[in-house]
Amino acid sequence: MTSLLSDTEYVVDSLPELWFGLVVVSLGGYLLLDGFDFGLGMLFADATGEDRRTMLAAFGPIWKANEVWLVLFGTVLFAAFPRVYANLLSRHYLLVFAIVLALSLRGLGSKLREEREDETWVRFWDACFVAGSALSPLLLGTLVGSWVLGEPSALAAGPIVVGLTVVALSVVLGAAFLGVKTEGELRENVLERGRIAVGVYVALFVLTAVALYALYPGLRPVVVSAPTVLVVAVTLASAATVLYASLDGHYHLVVVGAAGVAGALVAFVAYLLYPSVDPAASLTVSEAVVSPLPLNLASIFAVTFLPIILGYFFVLFSVFSGPADPAEGY
Amino acid sequence: MIPTRTIQLLDPASVHTVYELLALAVLTPELASRVQFGWAITIHIVFAALSIGLAPFIVYFVVQEIRTGERRYERLRKFWTKLFAVGFIMGTVTGIPMAFMFGTNFAAFSTVAGEMIGGPLSFEAKMAFFLEAFALGILLFGRERVSDLAYAVSSFLVALGAWMSAFWILVVNSWMQTPRGYEIVTEDGVQIAQLTDPMAAFFNPRFPWMYVHMQSAAVISVTLLVAGVAAYFVWKNRDSQVWGTALKAAIVVLLVSSVFQVIHGDLYGRHVADTQPHKFAAMEAHYETGAADLHVVAVPTDLEALTDPRAENLYTISIPYLASFLAEGDFSAEVTGLNDFEYESPPVAWVFWSFRVMVGLGFWFVFLGLWGAYRLWRGGLYEDERYLQALMVSAPLGFLATITGWYVAEIGRQPWIIQDVLTTADGVSTDLGQGEAMVTLVGFVVGYVLLFGVFCYVFKRLVDEEAKRHETGIDDRETPDSPGVTADD
Repeated sequence: MTSLLSDTEYVVDSLPELWFGLVVVSLGGYLLLDGFDFGLGMLFADATGEDRRTMLAAFGPIWKANEVWLVLFGTVLFAAFPRVYANLLSRHYLLVFAIVLALSLRGLGSKLREEREDETWVRFWDACFVAGSALSPLLLGTLVGSWVLGEPSALAAGPIVVGLTVVALSVVLGAAFLGVKTEGELRENVLERGRIAVGVYVALFVLTAVALYALYPGLRPVVVSAPTVLVVAVTLASAATVLYASLDGHYHLVVVGAAGVAGALVAFVAYLLYPSVDPAASLTVSEAVVSPLPLNLASIFAVTFLPIILGYFFVLFSVFSGPADPAEGY
Repeated sequence: MIPTRTIQLLDPASVHTVYELLALAVLTPELASRVQFGWAITIHIVFAALSIGLAPFIVYFVVQEIRTGERRYERLRKFWTKLFAVGFIMGTVTGIPMAFMFGTNFAAFSTVAGEMIGGPLSFEAKMAFFLEAFALGILLFGRERVSDLAYAVSSFLVALGAWMSAFWILVVNSWMQTPRGYEIVTEDGVQIAQLTDPMAAFFNPRFPWMYVHMQSAAVISVTLLVAGVAAYFVWKNRDSQVWGTALKAAIVVLLVSSVFQVIHGDLYGRHVADTQPHKFAAMEAHYETGAADLHVVAVPTDLEALTDPRAENLYTISIPYLASFLAEGDFSAEVTGLNDFEYESPPVAWVFWSFRVMVGLGFWFVFLGLWGAYRLWRGGLYEDERYLQALMVSAPLGFLATITGWYVAEIGRQPWIIQDVLTTADGVSTDLGQGEAMVTLVGFVVGYVLLFGVFCYVFKRLVDEEAKRHETGIDDRETPDSPGVTADD
């Protein structure tokens, strides 16, 4: 047994691959959890009055914790693959700050609308909230697309299609989340939007696959392979679950279906990347990973704290389970 | 069209001046990145200090509310929790870009130092950010949903998260000032710092100094804010038990923390002289190697003295040889002057004047603490109009001292991004274009000014709302808290 803090060997041989997995899982966690919030923010656009307050009551206690998954993704990438972190962010300089701006509008909008009663003020911050909620998944999806496809710039067809796909996915997730957080007419309305979005998502997912096949000849063997078929099968089964469960009133099952759709997308991202971790710089996992000592140390922290983090979310979602009540607050 | 007029306006001399000014405003990618990061931290540190300093106060109010059941603590808890919530969002909004700037603007630095700082940053996310965001959700929205004990615990966890976040971020920063526990190796033709001893790297010589000084600065900043707000309400209504309680608590904390900070700061200065002598020399604008005087008070005699402070162009009140003593414990000790380092000096004016503002404010805070303690002891606190006004004026000054303190630490270490290992110029992303760098710099300057303005506005609204409550009571369960009526608990 290798010493936990060995500076010559990874504590298990596949530790770099496990960290690649953790990068993907934290990205997936973010996509899923903040996807609830982004979708909620987009569905907020065609809700009014009391419904908006109900939606924000569902959003308030959880979004900050959800957003931390983005920081987790960034810092896990930085800790295990610092060169990839440096390359990815400096290569997409303006896009990264556009994401920052979109996330800021989302966060500020939800909070600042409460600060004043007058209509102009509320309308302005509501617009910021909606715009931030729509642009964040679009730009983040574009960044991830550009990363995975090894594009030198995100202004290319492939990454933008991925961005749109993530927007559709977020609407599905937001509708699923609101399905368990609201009641009555509002619930039926958002679920209807969710059903449309899941159809759009499947279409975009197919478009993405076609675009990959047509535009990236190097990826053809990956696109036409058994794992891709599995990803497509899981996507279709999950999408069908969303449709069936939302029509039949199994609201928690809608969330499971939506999570399945998200999970399949993230698995596809990982499959497209591996064994590379930065295609544009031709860096593989084993080339880009840090030396054994820092990775062994980071693994101790990860093994200790990730279960605790999952515990936080379990408690948070339990304390604030059930339909949201706009009258509640501090 | 009046062509003659146009020609007159654009006379060649003024056009030339305009071009020169524009050229000055367009910074190199390196300088733009430095200014952008520096500006971002200037605003971010206010919110970071607010979280660190306010969290213990909120724990105190929550515990007292539950223990005594008195409404005054509930009101204080509600008021400060609302401010904490806004400050936390502002802190996240201003903080996330800074983590990204390591990659966007300082990609070369991130590559060299990735093994040293990537870990601590991820530990910060895992140990602190999740804890804080989770517990804050309950603190803000869960008063009716969880038990008293769970609520008190969640307030404590928010505080723990804030203090742990500062721990890891200062591990990163202090390592850049006094790097330890690494070895330079060449990997694919790139030199990187490889971690060899995590304990030496994390608990490097600077770390304990920096952590204690920063946490204390945050506590002082927030204590002054609490004291200033409390003084305002007490000044409006001397019978307010709610704000009298807050005022007294703040004075006690201020006295202890400000005296502690001055003593600690003095010892910290000696440590800086040992480990970063060029920063110490810049703090005293000490150019020629030799015995150094301590300039207690420095007044610029002209504009040049402001931009290029040197002993000869300043009117100073100085204690001869004291800087030598502070640095070396010996009045005649030689302090190396800025002219005798092998690398360029940091921007001396920023360091010199920031240091003086910080130290001057530090002594002012001690004075405020002593004055308040005297009033607590001899009575007449609520009648001492001048003291209440001094506290109101001083409400934001703790944050100013914190900001200038960071200027000393960060501008004073230039030209190094990692002391003696990597210069800032070599740490900037190699492919960063001037246009991109300028666009985001302008965006951050404008955006953060707006953000800070919005924060001040929200803060003012909170104070106004509380002032109204002072007079009318917010709902029928509450008794009016207007002058002459004492019943707000």
